[in-house]
Amino acid sequence: MTARSLTQGRSYGEGEHPVKPRLEVNIGGLELKNPVMVASGTFGYGDEFADYVDINKLGAVVTKTITKSRRQGTRPPRVYETAAGMLNAIGLQNNGLQDFIDNKIGKYKNLKTKLIVSVGGETNEEYADIVSALSAYKEVSAFELNISCPNIEYKDKIIACDEGLTLRLVKEVRRATRLPLIVKLSPNVTDIAQIAQAAQEGGADAVSLVNTLLGMAIDVKSRKSVLGNITGGLSGPAIKPVALRMVWQVHNRINLPIIGMGGIMNARDAVEFMIAGASAVAVGTANFVEPKTSLEVLEGISDYLCEHRFKTASELVGSLNVS
Amino acid sequence: MKLEILSNVILKEDHYLLELSAPQDFKEALPGQFVHCRIEDSCDPLLRRPLSLHDVDFSAKQGLGIVRVLYKAVGRGTQLLASRKPSMSLDVLGPLGKGFDLKTLDTKKKIFIVAGGIGVAPLFFLAKQLAARSSGRPVAGKVVVLVGAKTKEQVLCEKEFKKLGCDVHISTDDGSKGFKGRVTDLLKELLPSTLPAGRQALTICACGPKPMLAVVADLAKKNNCQAQVSLEEFMGCGLGACLGCVIRTTSGYQRICHDGPVFDAGEILWRG
Repeated sequence: MTARSLTQGRSYGEGEHPVKPRLEVNIGGLELKNPVMVASGTFGYGDEFADYVDINKLGAVVTKTITKSRRQGTRPPRVYETAAGMLNAIGLQNNGLQDFIDNKIGKYKNLKTKLIVSVGGETNEEYADIVSALSAYKEVSAFELNISCPNIEYKDKIIACDEGLTLRLVKEVRRATRLPLIVKLSPNVTDIAQIAQAAQEGGADAVSLVNTLLGMAIDVKSRKSVLGNITGGLSGPAIKPVALRMVWQVHNRINLPIIGMGGIMNARDAVEFMIAGASAVAVGTANFVEPKTSLEVLEGISDYLCEHRFKTASELVGSLNVS
Repeated sequence: MKLEILSNVILKEDHYLLELSAPQDFKEALPGQFVHCRIEDSCDPLLRRPLSLHDVDFSAKQGLGIVRVLYKAVGRGTQLLASRKPSMSLDVLGPLGKGFDLKTLDTKKKIFIVAGGIGVAPLFFLAKQLAARSSGRPVAGKVVVLVGAKTKEQVLCEKEFKKLGCDVHISTDDGSKGFKGRVTDLLKELLPSTLPAGRQALTICACGPKPMLAVVADLAKKNNCQAQVSLEEFMGCGLGACLGCVIRTTSGYQRICHDGPVFDAGEILWRG
């Protein structure tokens, strides 16, 4: 189903067009002109998609995760397609904080949308150091703490899989910046709302969910994993029902705004996430399938709000009818 | 962009030739570049398939070009592609990636083009461009093409290369046509006898499975000649953003979709 078909059968004449809905949303102090962003790691640093998407139209651009030192990433093969999804194990390949400051941040000087920098690390101090260093740049509007990458481990554990680790990390990073902190949660847990609560308690301004689901696939001919890293993160439409359920659960347990993601392919998917409780949405794997998906989703959300007589995007958030 | 399918025919077992109408964007396309094709509008198969340009032809009618893609139906994506009929359209991104470095491929030098299996696809486009650049002078003796296949039924483009004036040698794994053995063994045999005194006066351009390319790189190194190889890998975005299709090189992991698919063979760490 395409974004367009959401409004099929309903067209408005010039005079009877309803008031254009207000798309602005506030994510824990971060004012976005609309609720559509791109998911970290699926959009590079933005410029890779410049030929296909006017990134200034997005609510925000989220960078690929930056770590303090350069990371070479995992051994290939790194991506593999599965039924309605994809596995990846990139291992946060990036050139490190200093390279980001020297060679990347300047490119955002004329950006007309918000820049959210995704931050990763091997210790709490590394997260705090990056956040502290980048808070000085006016190009940066907020941080997303990637504590849920399934392909790297922090003291043998994914932070977002442990309440205590999450609480301590967020607390420590909180002290390093006044900019909004978004904590990206992992679906690889028994009770995601519990981790979300820990993030809230630590001082997060918002949470984003979900990161990829840990998965694997095997080549039966060679009996090898299809990924160099053996396991990887599953994304794409295959995980959408799981992600949506988790957004709903977190929405019911915490007071922070939620950025919903996980298999969003079109505006209908995005609207589902908003109804479940997401104040904003991020398009991830769909960027690979169709680079323009994020803008199509934005247009489709606007059409949906019009058609259903919502005056603002926020009215839709958490409006699930449970009667 | 959506390109109209002009034809999509089987050539030899599992090997298809797809012709698409090409907009002006393809006029400057280089051999080695690829199109990233969305085969289904649905979610399965989900990702695009990178397919190399087999030919780009703007000679036919005024303004209207043709892109040719030669592919092997090996998995679900390419099998579905094989079922697509003329007048349907195909959603492609491209031309993408870095092609063969034509500047260093002077036909004053001898050029060996080495194809393994479906790896022949981009090499025809390369040979055609080399022939075009020799401005009418015959390329015979200058451009030597080695086509390797499993069996004689799978030998592709032999006639087409000959038509361009290239010297063509065939190898098959089972010996059903030409040299019996691997195309790299044939290359090993042909290399010493044809080498002129100055060894730099020769370049190898190759495309095929990775183990084959590793042998080509090794032979190039031993013979002190340059080699350009075109690599293949599963891809995510195809635009250089996701870092999903990397190869280990002397300068770290490089993106096959964006820094390649064509690399200097000497840069690749084959055992990586």
